[in-house]
Amino acid sequence: MTQSVVIQVGQCGNQIGCCFWDLALREHAAVNQKGIYDEALSSFFRNVDARVVGDGGSISKGKISSLKARAVLIDMEEGVVNEILQGPLRDVFDSKQLITNVSGSGNNWAVGHKVFGSAYQEQILEKLRKSAEHCDCLQCFFIIHSMGGGTGSGLGTFLLKVLEDEFPEVYRFVTSVYPSSEDDVITSPYNSILAMKELSEHADCVLPIDNQSLFDIISKIDLMVNSGKLGAAVKPRSLVTASAEALRKRHKKPFDAMNNIVANVLLSLTSSARFEGSLNMDLNEISMNLVPFPQLHYLVSSLTPLYTLADVNIPPRRLDQMFSDAFSKDHQLIRANPRHSLYLACALMVRGDVQISDLRRNIERLKPSLQFVSWNQEGWKTSLCSVPPVGHSHSLLALANNTCVKPTFLELRERFTRLYKKKAHLHHYLQVDGMEEGCFTEAVSSLSALIEEYDRLDATKVFLQEDLALAQRTERKEAETMKIPGR
Amino acid sequence: MSIVTVQLGQCGNQIGFEVFDALFSDSHCSQGFCSKKENEAYQASCKERFFSEEENGVPIARAVLVDMEPKVINQTLSKAAQSGRWKYGQHSCFCQKQGSGNNWAYGYSVHGPRHQESIMNLIQKEVEKCDSLSGFFIIMSMAGGTGSGLGAFITQNLQDEFSNSLRMNQIIWPYGTGEVIVQNYNSILTLSHLYRSSDALLVHENDAVHKICAKLMNIKQISFSDINQVLAHQLGSVFQPTYSAEGSSHYRRNPLGDLMENLVPHPEFKMLGIRNIPQMPENSLAYSAFTWAGLLKHLRQMLISNAKMEEGINWQVRPPLSGLPPLGRASVGAEPHFNTSIANLVILRGKEAHSADLGEQKVTAYIHQYTKFGVEEEDFLDSFTLLEQIVASYCNL
Repeated sequence: MTQSVVIQVGQCGNQIGCCFWDLALREHAAVNQKGIYDEALSSFFRNVDARVVGDGGSISKGKISSLKARAVLIDMEEGVVNEILQGPLRDVFDSKQLITNVSGSGNNWAVGHKVFGSAYQEQILEKLRKSAEHCDCLQCFFIIHSMGGGTGSGLGTFLLKVLEDEFPEVYRFVTSVYPSSEDDVITSPYNSILAMKELSEHADCVLPIDNQSLFDIISKIDLMVNSGKLGAAVKPRSLVTASAEALRKRHKKPFDAMNNIVANVLLSLTSSARFEGSLNMDLNEISMNLVPFPQLHYLVSSLTPLYTLADVNIPPRRLDQMFSDAFSKDHQLIRANPRHSLYLACALMVRGDVQISDLRRNIERLKPSLQFVSWNQEGWKTSLCSVPPVGHSHSLLALANNTCVKPTFLELRERFTRLYKKKAHLHHYLQVDGMEEGCFTEAVSSLSALIEEYDRLDATKVFLQEDLALAQRTERKEAETMKIPGR
Repeated sequence: MSIVTVQLGQCGNQIGFEVFDALFSDSHCSQGFCSKKENEAYQASCKERFFSEEENGVPIARAVLVDMEPKVINQTLSKAAQSGRWKYGQHSCFCQKQGSGNNWAYGYSVHGPRHQESIMNLIQKEVEKCDSLSGFFIIMSMAGGTGSGLGAFITQNLQDEFSNSLRMNQIIWPYGTGEVIVQNYNSILTLSHLYRSSDALLVHENDAVHKICAKLMNIKQISFSDINQVLAHQLGSVFQPTYSAEGSSHYRRNPLGDLMENLVPHPEFKMLGIRNIPQMPENSLAYSAFTWAGLLKHLRQMLISNAKMEEGINWQVRPPLSGLPPLGRASVGAEPHFNTSIANLVILRGKEAHSADLGEQKVTAYIHQYTKFGVEEEDFLDSFTLLEQIVASYCNL
């Protein structure tokens, strides 16, 4: 069994990370009834004897003594990390895993990347090496950050190069929160474009996430839960947005619910590697199957179901609805409609009580309405994991390598160009040592090259009129199904 | 004579377990249709082939379990031990921590050489436990990384080290859609390598077995466990002891040798398929009446018309001039034989992968994952050429 290390950078990264660890603990607690430290747990947690001072306390087998997350927390301000260390998860982290500063990056990629990058490089390397040493077989680094700010965006992407040099065999999976168009950070386009270049060059796989999409999903859930008719029937623990705190009181922080969705995605991604199933899918298989060309490694994710009804008898139609939802634009975690774009590859990771015949039936059913690239018409990768997430009997994570990411990149480039043309706020960046206008132009041409690749693939799309009509009919039907609760 | 089974990857291990379970249950079945003496002779023969004896009487399967990650092997070992009736040897497994990532090149070029010694040692130990070795039965899938890549490597090694023993590979042809995206690459590479180093390739398609489960076995929600059990039933029929010419209490000694003798007359034609009849859920057995004549008639037509199940057979198709080699088997009508339909299968699948690689635009999708581990474009082209040769030979028949 392999281990993974989570590196959470910046405010966004650490907040999502916090939700991830909370959820991971609850998931393993639900599965691991006997309190034995097993291989599944070891993928994200170490078992240490809390009484031992220093490094020697690792216990590899036997009863769980004290679990420590395999994580490195990095932030150039102290607020968020301090809050984590005072919250319910304080025992899961220890001070040796933190790198903090007080001044913050001022929403400036250059400060995060160049200034703090060089200042903290040694420290970062040391913490990473330590985490790697604690692992028997380190397979993957999960980096969580946002693109629009300074620390997550700048220092987060600086890390990628460090990881690539120091641990070339270990996969780098990046979860990036892209700024939505209503983002309140004015310089977010600059930060995002500068970060994109690093992602394209040094990440193995990127899961882009959009705050607006997450917010829309939350609103939809709230609507369903509070619509009265359905309210009592929804199992509270089953909400994909649920966290331990939320169960006790209403979400104090609006981002909590949204972060939980992302945390759920990360857990589902790794579930088939951690738990048993009839068709396993390891993390290295994700990259192998979903990345046909090294540059095109942006995967659009969608998670269903968003909640479970209390109805225990789940007829196959309900199950099939879960598959249909995974392809609807309302369930994607970025603003995209995969149905209208071209699929390069698609992975379906199913958890819970679902068998191969259910999977096959749904693939056959959904295939005609989806467009796959001509050389990968059968581009499906599937996995079945027996362990469902907490509160659900089954769930589905769909990862799509689809040209529907293009609009997000196009929009980003447009916002960037609007600012850059006026040279607005540029001086904040240029006054940082090592930054020059060349960095900006290189970054934007790297993005343009990427967009061109997607354009080229889209050109091969043969979207017949009948297909378009079918797709539209299917969407209308789905929209109606969504409106009527209880179906 | 004994057969040593090598189970590779998730598929190989999951199927292997079902096969041993089926073999054991069949030979210890309580519903006796024959005399006690016959039963005992049968049991003894079956046991010698597949199980070795342990002190406390629990038979141990003559098998080596190989996988690059631990979850499936752990599951398989515990399932076998739980049944209490038979089990796997404690030290017969080889396991690593990280899988092959569906990458044939990784399985063949990295895992293969790295773990060659350990795996071959395990196999050697198993061989030494046998009084006389009939050969090896290697179970693997073609779509993944370990079964396909490492499987091809190990088969080659077995050819080098045990050149006098026979090697039969059981390969699982993946579903047409939706198992592994790079399955066509992995399948082509596996087939071309196995053709050189294996003595016989027994092919099972997931699609076909799935249909059998759906139509004949009436299983509503088919799981991989159901599919594997149907497979195990078919394989059991092939390997269970059959009568020899001397009479009903003597069983043929050399299972693999016999099979090869009859089925692989020419090394160019080594692909085998199984037709099994009848196939139905156990509950329906009580309500059905079979005669050998009826079964054999159905079976013959299935072979001629290339049907995989006894439903929907096309009775119009007639055989060409040369008759099919009949085989007398006392087990429930399983007749593996070489047939030209496998050639058709290769053409179809070959076409798909072919167009992926050498289409007008020269699309080289996913190739970078393979060249990382030393499998270059030439290797793919070589594999294509070999398979096209095989297809041509079958077509000429």
